[in-house]
Amino acid sequence: MAYSDKVVDHYTNPRNIGTLDKSKTNVGTGLVGAPECGDVMRLQIEVNHETGIIEDAKFKTFGCGSAIASSSLATEWLKGKSIDEALSIDNMEIVEELALPPVKIHCSVLAEDAIRSAINDYRAKNGLEPIESEKTHF
Amino acid sequence: MLKLPIYLDNNATTQVDPRVFEAMTPYFLEAYGNAASKSHPFGWKSEEAVDYAREQIAALIGSSEKEIIFTSGATESNNLAIKGVFEMYASKGNHIITLSTEHKAVLDTCKHLEKMGAEITYLSVAEDGLISVDAIAAAIKPNTILVTVMYGNNELGVLQPIREIGALCKERGVLFHTDATQAVGKIPVDVLADHIDLMSFTAHKMYGPKGVGALYVRRKNPRVKVTAQMDGGGHERGMRSGTLNVPGIVGFGKACEIARLEMAEESARLMVMRDRLETELLKLEESYLNGNKEHRLPHTSNISFKYVEGEGLMMGIKDVAVSSGSACTSASLEPSYVLKSLGLDDELAHSSLRFGLGRFTTDAEIDYTIKLVSEAVNKLRDMSPLWEMFKEGIDLKSIEWSEH
Repeated sequence: MAYSDKVVDHYTNPRNIGTLDKSKTNVGTGLVGAPECGDVMRLQIEVNHETGIIEDAKFKTFGCGSAIASSSLATEWLKGKSIDEALSIDNMEIVEELALPPVKIHCSVLAEDAIRSAINDYRAKNGLEPIESEKTHF
Repeated sequence: MLKLPIYLDNNATTQVDPRVFEAMTPYFLEAYGNAASKSHPFGWKSEEAVDYAREQIAALIGSSEKEIIFTSGATESNNLAIKGVFEMYASKGNHIITLSTEHKAVLDTCKHLEKMGAEITYLSVAEDGLISVDAIAAAIKPNTILVTVMYGNNELGVLQPIREIGALCKERGVLFHTDATQAVGKIPVDVLADHIDLMSFTAHKMYGPKGVGALYVRRKNPRVKVTAQMDGGGHERGMRSGTLNVPGIVGFGKACEIARLEMAEESARLMVMRDRLETELLKLEESYLNGNKEHRLPHTSNISFKYVEGEGLMMGIKDVAVSSGSACTSASLEPSYVLKSLGLDDELAHSSLRFGLGRFTTDAEIDYTIKLVSEAVNKLRDMSPLWEMFKEGIDLKSIEWSEH
């Protein structure tokens, strides 16, 4: 199966690889997936307490090219967004942007899960209730 | 000048040797007769070519030419051998012994027979991929009719103790079939010395064409028979009906002849290149060889690069064609059952690459592959959260992972 140009671009030149200091209260970390499933994504956001804007986002991913591209794209989209805007990112937008084939949709689902998980970690650190996912993935 | 992409997936299939291709060509446009046509020169010419190929093939495996049954490939040969024995020897018993690491053509055939009343024992292999003769001896029962164990494993390259298993089966009066698809043409295989009763093999793994294979069926001590699985004209001593693929068979014969004459030199050359590739790649931190290092095919190496996912890695080395045990390469999302049978963590199975060298592999290609794989592994580890945790001394097993 051939990869789309956008997947190849994100795989070859991944945006925002790295690690944020997870002990800081304005950093939220999401770690989703499992090594035995062949996909693990760690996505981190750094939020400006004053404005509620995500000022930085970093990722590290163990997985196939589509998983790497999905998380790379997610960090690109997260930067400059408010938490609410970030929560509205839908996995199907990632599928569309990267032209992922059906067998790779789970990579985009994982990226969406990673975003929610990072936001909930940030909320928990700051005494807020976690946001329940409205969607049920199959 | 290095030509890209580089083909290191010779366990999947091989390039046709130009000498084989040349031998085949007259049988498309000139000598196109049906080998079963006994009444005219077109048929005689084809029959003569098939007879000659049968001799070339028999010479490679130490059999008589009368013991070669042509098929469409090793999958059909495995089906014919196992189903054919099950039907032919039904009055003697219904128990078949095999390994959990066999090719799907054997495993799925056995599963099919289970539905037809067969009793199948799937033996597990040791961590190095090998089965012990004692384990097979212990599994043989009064109703055992067949032991089927592959010669060389397609994913790992490990070689089972075929000669010892053959001797055991002979002593216990049980038929012995081996799927020798990966071994024939690569290492010396002798059906008499190995006490093999039935053996599947195919042309396209040894620089011959796709679509033609053979089943060796022993004619003496004991005389083995299999029930045909297709009805028709009664070709191949009644065991496999269907017009013979004459050009394919001619190519198969030529491929066997070349293998017989050049095997010693070729396997020595491939082993040196394979060992160099392997030694260099195993220098990478946290990389592991899968399968027994000593008892294996000369051209295969299966390596896991921990904390890097196999499909992601293949994308990073897109100029080199290899295979991975990663789930992502299949629609099932399950990693290789062969690697899992060794007791490997799923995670290591996801991180594996299989390198299959071949007749046309060059030293320059190996140099390039070493460089490319090393760079890709390092790059992907820099972006792997698992690698970071490993480096921080975090035990990955202590983390509660979310399933998805």
